[in-house]
Amino acid sequence: MKLELGKIKIKDVQFGDVTKVEGNVLYVNAKEIETLVLEDERLISAKVELAKPGESVRIAPVKDVIEPRVKVSGNGGIFPGVISKVQEVGNGRTHALVGANVITCGKIVGFQEGIIDMSGPAAKYCPFCSTYNVCIVIEPAEGLDTHDYEAAGRLAGLKAAARIGEAGRNITPDEVMSYETKPLQEQIKQYPNLPKVGYIHMLQSQGLLHDTYYYGVDAKVMLPTVMYPTEMMDGAIVSGNCVAPCDKVTTFHHLNNPVVEELYKRHGKDLNFVGVILTNENVFLADKERSSDMVAKLAEYMGLDGVLITEEGYGNPDTDLMMNCKKVSQKGIKVVLITDEFPGRDGKSQSLADAVDEADALVSCGNGNVIINFPPMDRVIGTLDYVETMIGGYEGSLKPDGSIEAELQIIIASTIANGYNCLAARGY
Amino acid sequence: MEKKRVVHYINNFFAGIGGEEKADIPPESRPGRIGPGMALAEVLGDKYEVVGTVICGDSYFGENIEVAQEKLLSMIGDFKPDAFVAGPAFNAGRYGVACGTIARAVEQKFSIPVITGMYEENPGVDMFKKDLYIIRTGNSAADMRVAMPKIGALLKRMMEGEEILSPEAEGYIPRGIRVNYFADQNGAARGVEMLVKKMAGEAYVTEYPMPVFDRVDPQPAVKNIKKARIAVVTSGGIVPQGNPDRIESSSATKYGIYSIEGMDMMSPNDFMTIHGGYDRAFVTENPNLVVPLDALRQLEREGEIGELVNYFVTTTGTGTSIGNAKGFGEQFSKKLVEDKVDAVILTST
Repeated sequence: MKLELGKIKIKDVQFGDVTKVEGNVLYVNAKEIETLVLEDERLISAKVELAKPGESVRIAPVKDVIEPRVKVSGNGGIFPGVISKVQEVGNGRTHALVGANVITCGKIVGFQEGIIDMSGPAAKYCPFCSTYNVCIVIEPAEGLDTHDYEAAGRLAGLKAAARIGEAGRNITPDEVMSYETKPLQEQIKQYPNLPKVGYIHMLQSQGLLHDTYYYGVDAKVMLPTVMYPTEMMDGAIVSGNCVAPCDKVTTFHHLNNPVVEELYKRHGKDLNFVGVILTNENVFLADKERSSDMVAKLAEYMGLDGVLITEEGYGNPDTDLMMNCKKVSQKGIKVVLITDEFPGRDGKSQSLADAVDEADALVSCGNGNVIINFPPMDRVIGTLDYVETMIGGYEGSLKPDGSIEAELQIIIASTIANGYNCLAARGY
Repeated sequence: MEKKRVVHYINNFFAGIGGEEKADIPPESRPGRIGPGMALAEVLGDKYEVVGTVICGDSYFGENIEVAQEKLLSMIGDFKPDAFVAGPAFNAGRYGVACGTIARAVEQKFSIPVITGMYEENPGVDMFKKDLYIIRTGNSAADMRVAMPKIGALLKRMMEGEEILSPEAEGYIPRGIRVNYFADQNGAARGVEMLVKKMAGEAYVTEYPMPVFDRVDPQPAVKNIKKARIAVVTSGGIVPQGNPDRIESSSATKYGIYSIEGMDMMSPNDFMTIHGGYDRAFVTENPNLVVPLDALRQLEREGEIGELVNYFVTTTGTGTSIGNAKGFGEQFSKKLVEDKVDAVILTST
């Protein structure tokens, strides 16, 4: 399976009469987006606001971040099984508006949505401080069930991103990347002398408000399966979850998976990247045992020499991470884990909720419990009403002047456990 | 400019009072520097002054910890210290424990920089490394001329409010505190690099060695459940409506004890959940799913259990550090014991 990814670099975003890309500037027709979002009767209001790098802007409570993309050639469409019809994706050509994002925000669903600052000292922890963001502030119909509100918010963002992505269809990209993974046997033959490497991608699936979808299938009712990495780049996986904000693998991150990117960089040089094993993080012990058994079986079946494993969330899914690590290691396959840490505000407690001896190679994505100070911002997109009850917030977090004191984990994707960021923790 | 005032703690041996036969001397205070304090003063230089030395015999300290500590704190306070050094103790076990104990007490009481030094196998290391900067020393006093400059250098940085660097850079024993930094490459790139090395059988360094957990052995079964007084303790985040004590949705720093007196069940009008780690919708409708008061009342009526205490203990489990959880348990279990609770049902989510 081979995908050409055309990157259209977006260097500014402005409102316009027509949604289009011209001279690396994204123009957004706010009315068009608002009308599109309000097709869903579960939402009674939608307002588009723009946020640019360096502005004194705080966005909260953020639900998802989505890079606009469009399928230019090859099978299927963006976000198959959710926005486009179910059809295999990952082949052909796709265009991405790199540097632009759709951000959904508004009244919280649970406690799990987070904050993005576009400038100031907290900005450096979030990858979206440096992108041109089309924020959609949504409001649910009165009395709407939280699960329906989550679904409506999720679909609003994906629909808007797909619509905005259309603006890139006929634009000549600034850069075209090519990614290819062949069917297993051919892929192994292509680089017979290089170690065969796979990526075990754990999807958050602890239940409602903690879900992820693969071709529209809720990951918690899915059995572990094998996929081509390029499927992700067309939106085969979308986020439906609101785990702790710092840990959230946004839909942007599914489209731009950093482990896939790095493995392709070294593909054919010092490793042979043969594929992705997709698995879940269910809450029942039986599910954990079954899924990790199947992950190890698939890894063995594919003849892998080494794997990277990433998780989403912390605490309960640490168990899945460790089961996967142990069982895959026992097949004689080398394992490296990527995850983040929660050792308490003083940094003195155990960083993980579970541990196995086999977990002897781990990459840290930082300590999410550290307390951070956020200065007041001139403009708030969304609302700060929920700061003190959001994960990472606490009594007294929100000061009268609009400044915030909270744990780092309140910032979207700040310690994301897939290795997207440079933030790390070390022992002192 | 006034010199910053440093107070030094040493034992009978380093004070030149005597060896084991003098290990029972009680605390005493002397102005200025003595023994290793000379070397300390030299490394600290002109801007700092070792204004006093407090001394205690190792056996005396070990056998009279509270009295010795109180007396020493009072003597140290009299010197109006800006910073405090204990030892170094090298591999002397009792001395190491004394240095750690008094250094931690000084830090807590006076909120000033404190430092000590020990050999890594000194039992004081495991007891105090999380709380204190302990400079890594050799196993005997022969290492004094190497250890004292490190102690002095780190103490000065602490007094000047400078950033304390890594254990390797400063020479202290790793405290096991996890501190953030920005690495040169992202986590995925570092992970792939680590995997390539691991597959090739080359050396690599994990960024987080696996932690050790203290496991609690299951207690023997309750002898007579029909007479037992039962309490419910939960990490499922059930609190009275409005969350009066503002317990956090994640990474809890507190717990609550709330009355269930006279209630037959947990009414959704009275209780809610603030837990940020699971789908709350079902529990919001029926809090008995987490605090099973309805079922327990029935068992109580049927005589299957003795009685239920009239409160439950609650916090949020998600993201709550083990340090905090242990602290909560140590506190509320005293109340449970006082209230003659025979058994506890722990519910998690």
